[in-house]
Amino acid sequence: MKHEITVTVNGTKHTAEVESRALLVHFIRDVLNLTGTHIGCDTSQCGACTLLLNGQAVKSCTILAAQVDGKEITTIEGLATDGNLHPVQEGFWQEHGLQCGFCTPGMIMSSVDLLGRIPNPDEQQIRHNLEGNLCRCTGYQNIVKSVQFASKKMSGAAGDD
Amino acid sequence: MYPAEFDYHRPGSVADAIKLLQDNPEAKLLAGGHSLLPVMKLRLAQPTALIDISSLSELSGVSEDGDALVIGANTTYHDLMNSSVIKNKLPVLAEASDLVGDVQVRNKGTIGGAAAHADPASDLPAVLLALNAEFKTVGPSGEKTHKATDFFVDMFTTTLEPEEVLTEIRIPDVSNVAGATYLKFAHPASGYAIVGIAAVKTASGEVRAAVTGSVPIAVRLSAVESEISGKDLSDDNIAAAAEKATEGMDFVGDIHASDEYRAHLTKVYTKRALKKIAG
Repeated sequence: MKHEITVTVNGTKHTAEVESRALLVHFIRDVLNLTGTHIGCDTSQCGACTLLLNGQAVKSCTILAAQVDGKEITTIEGLATDGNLHPVQEGFWQEHGLQCGFCTPGMIMSSVDLLGRIPNPDEQQIRHNLEGNLCRCTGYQNIVKSVQFASKKMSGAAGDD
Repeated sequence: MYPAEFDYHRPGSVADAIKLLQDNPEAKLLAGGHSLLPVMKLRLAQPTALIDISSLSELSGVSEDGDALVIGANTTYHDLMNSSVIKNKLPVLAEASDLVGDVQVRNKGTIGGAAAHADPASDLPAVLLALNAEFKTVGPSGEKTHKATDFFVDMFTTTLEPEEVLTEIRIPDVSNVAGATYLKFAHPASGYAIVGIAAVKTASGEVRAAVTGSVPIAVRLSAVESEISGKDLSDDNIAAAAEKATEGMDFVGDIHASDEYRAHLTKVYTKRALKKIAG
C-alpha cells in the first residue's frame, strides 16, 4: 500500500510516494539523501535519528513516513543559515562536544528542542533532557558544556572572551 | 529494520476509526507508536493494518468539567507537562509524565496509548489508579465508562474490546485531592519502573495507593489503604501500612530485579510515597 505525502523539510516542500511501512528515517536518508540523520540502534533508544517534527525532537526510526504528511521537519542539515553554524553546532565545535561524531546530529537536534523550551537550563536539566540520546564514546561532560555554550550564545552573552 | 507489511489508514473521526477496526480484525490503533512500532520492527507484532488516530483533534486536549479533569486520549506526556490546567490542578500527572522515557518519547507518547497498552512497567497506570480515573471507550455498541480498577486486567491486557477506541480519561473530584505523588525506582538504562508507587490523600481523609513495575499489572495497594485508612499519617502508621504493601501480591522477577527485591522495593517506595503525601 502506497501513500502520497507532502512534507516540508528544512524549508523545502517535497511530495513523494511512500510505503505504509517506510520509516521516516529511511525517507529522510534514502529518498531525500539527507544522511546527517543517523540510524544507530534502530530500536528507539539511542536518539541518533533525532530530528525536529513540527518543532519537537522525535526519533525518526519510530515514526512512519506516512505519518508526517503535511508536517514540517528540520534535520541537522537545516540548522546552519547562510553558512553560519547554529549556536548549538558552534557549541559542539567550541567545547569539543563530540568524539566519533556518530551521535552528534541527534544530540544537537535534542539540544535545540531543549533550548527552545528551557533557554537557560542548569546541568541537571541538560542531562535530564538529553537522556534520549546516547553517546557511546561517553563524552557527556563536553556535551553538557556545548549546550551551556549555546545557551549563553543564544541569550546574547557568549563569545565575549 | 522494517516492520512486516501492513496497510496504513488515517481516519478522520473516531467513528471512522471504529469502522476500520471492524473491517480489519487484525488491525491495531496507532497513536504515539513508541511501544507499537518497536515491537513491529522486531516482528513481535504483525498487525495487518495500522489505524492512525494520532491526528484526531477530538481526542486531544485537557479540559475541566465541573470538578473533573477530562484528558483526551491523544494528549502526549509533553502536553501533560505543559498544560496549565494540569500544572495547577493535578501537578502529579505532569511530574509523573516527566519521568517517562525521554524527551523524544514524551513528545510522541500519549496517555491513552500508555493506558491501552498496559505495559506492566508503565508509570501512568499507577497514577491513574490512585486518582480513581475513569476510562471512556467508544465502540460499535456505543460508549462505555470503566473504573481504573476494572480497566487494567493483566499484563498488556485491559477491558478494551478489539473494536473499541479509548477516547478520554476522566479524573473525578479533583478539588478533593489534598496531596499526590508518584515515586519510582527506575531501571538505570531503560528508565522503566522497577517499582513505581503512586499515592493520593484526599481532603476527606482517604488514602489511595497503587503500584506499577514490580507486579504483572498496575494495581491498587488495597491492604496498605485499609491499614492506613482513618489514621493519621504519622511515621509509625505509615511504616505499619507500608509493611502491608506485599500482602496478597505476586511480584515479577526478571534479569533486572528478582521478585524478592521488587517486593522489598515496593515496601520501601510505599513508605516514601506515603511520607511525601503526609507532608
